[in-house]
Amino acid sequence: MIRRYTYKTALLYSALVVSALFFLAPLYVMLVASFKPLDEVRGSSIISFPRNWTIEPWLKAWSSACSSLDCIGIKPFFLATFEIAIPAMILAIFIGAMNGYVMAKWRAKWADILFGLLLIGSFVPLQLFLIPLAVTLRELNIYGTTTGLILIHTIYGIPLTTMLFRNFYITVPNELVQAAVMDGAGFFKIFFSVILPLSPAILIVAVILVFSGIYNDFLFALTFGDTSKRPIMAAVQNIVSSSYGIKEHNMNVAAVVIAALPTLLLFLIAGKFFVRGLMQGAVKG
Amino acid sequence: MLNSRNKVKAALVLIPTVIVVFYFIWGFAVYTAFLSFTKSRFLPNHEVVGFDNYILLFSNDRWWVAYSNMFIFGALYIGGCIILGALLAVLLDRLTKGETLFRTIFLYPMSLSLVVTGLAWQWILNPTSGIQQIVRTAGLEDFNFNWVASPDFAIYTIVFAALWNGTGLIMILFLAGIKSIDDEIWKAARIDQVPVWRIYFNIILPQLRTVLLTAVMLLGFQVVRSFDVVVALTNGGPGYASDVPARYVFEYFFQRSKIGQGAAAAVMMVATMILIVLPYLYYEIRRKEV
Repeated sequence: MIRRYTYKTALLYSALVVSALFFLAPLYVMLVASFKPLDEVRGSSIISFPRNWTIEPWLKAWSSACSSLDCIGIKPFFLATFEIAIPAMILAIFIGAMNGYVMAKWRAKWADILFGLLLIGSFVPLQLFLIPLAVTLRELNIYGTTTGLILIHTIYGIPLTTMLFRNFYITVPNELVQAAVMDGAGFFKIFFSVILPLSPAILIVAVILVFSGIYNDFLFALTFGDTSKRPIMAAVQNIVSSSYGIKEHNMNVAAVVIAALPTLLLFLIAGKFFVRGLMQGAVKG
Repeated sequence: MLNSRNKVKAALVLIPTVIVVFYFIWGFAVYTAFLSFTKSRFLPNHEVVGFDNYILLFSNDRWWVAYSNMFIFGALYIGGCIILGALLAVLLDRLTKGETLFRTIFLYPMSLSLVVTGLAWQWILNPTSGIQQIVRTAGLEDFNFNWVASPDFAIYTIVFAALWNGTGLIMILFLAGIKSIDDEIWKAARIDQVPVWRIYFNIILPQLRTVLLTAVMLLGFQVVRSFDVVVALTNGGPGYASDVPARYVFEYFFQRSKIGQGAAAAVMMVATMILIVLPYLYYEIRRKEV
């Protein structure tokens, strides 16, 4: 009995370890390559450990990697992405939270219809928005600007944030709002002093989901990003695919790792909320 | 609860969203659908030409390569994610120790963008740096593995990369489903001495039809939309062998200045999505009738 048990446990763990290796391999391979000097990247196997550790590729990727335009590293693009992602995230979350409050607690029939249209609309492929967006941004004179991308990410972030907050506020007892109304609290007062203090958990989920969505965006970045200040994913793809002369693989790989770090760290620090958010996002249909 | 003053305030709060829904989502989608019937090339042009763009699209070999790639990719990606995800969920459910660690390892790729995913796999699949080189140095000097640059196999490398990124979420969905199943089933099956693997495959997994349906829908939408991973890994190449509709649309919009045909291709993407939703609606309606 005991022997059968251990044999099965061993089988279980070996299946899991093999799968774990598959999932870890790309990260491992990227990390070791990013710490190797150039001759070692070319000469040695991608799975071997660096013999002479160096952080040179990281420094070069940060400050002097070349895109198709010039050699300024990924630093300006990295920072530009935060300049876009943080305001857009705050706006989308604020609007989504207010929407959720109105839709869940001040129920009007037409608001339900609006929510339905918003939800179905969130499945429309983004490609359908590109041409009209380009026209609109040109008319507003914000094509290829940070403002333009903040606007785009705010607009297309609203379906997700509205869905998250509406579904969360529906679980908040109506009596709380009724009691506040009895006490004479107004519409906005109730939101800021009753509803918002109940929201930290959903706020964390929203921050993680919306931030990583915007940070990881590629399509809008590629279409509407200004070449000298394009968001990180478009920039890193450009750097890796457009090396002139000798391809400095170690530096390219380091650039990819740097681009991956913010959302990876967010996941490792707040994984629990990440998973909760993904589940909520996943079952919204 | 709605008095007239609050009604006005509630309506005011929803104004930005009304604009977003009717202008930026539905308005834009309808406008692009309209453009697919016009002469638009470099710029939107409102001269209607009927189905010309669709005729051009359907007679374009490139489009059919991109469109059928979507189905090859879709079948393998959805099938792979579900089989692998369900299997990993079952394995994790059997575990007494280390569940959090393994779960984190299977899930972390989800936090990475598909561009990072594509570029990382490009590095591994690249013949001069990756798998081919490892096997060659290990002694098999004639070993060839150059799928990324092969017209017949490039699309499969995209499946690998996407599977690596997407399996974790499906695993989590199945794991939550498995854990929600009543313990009584376990007790009953134990008394009848049913082997563990049969409890999972004959009793538990068949009860997770809703999870399966959610997973298929979710992955199906991802497949139709997939753009980032393709651009980062193969950029549709070699030639256009691994192109997909989302990239085709982008290229016809911005690189070939054929907005009309790009819009027609985008409408085909939506039509395909509707085809994915139909079975789900059918299932929902039938479930309500029962």
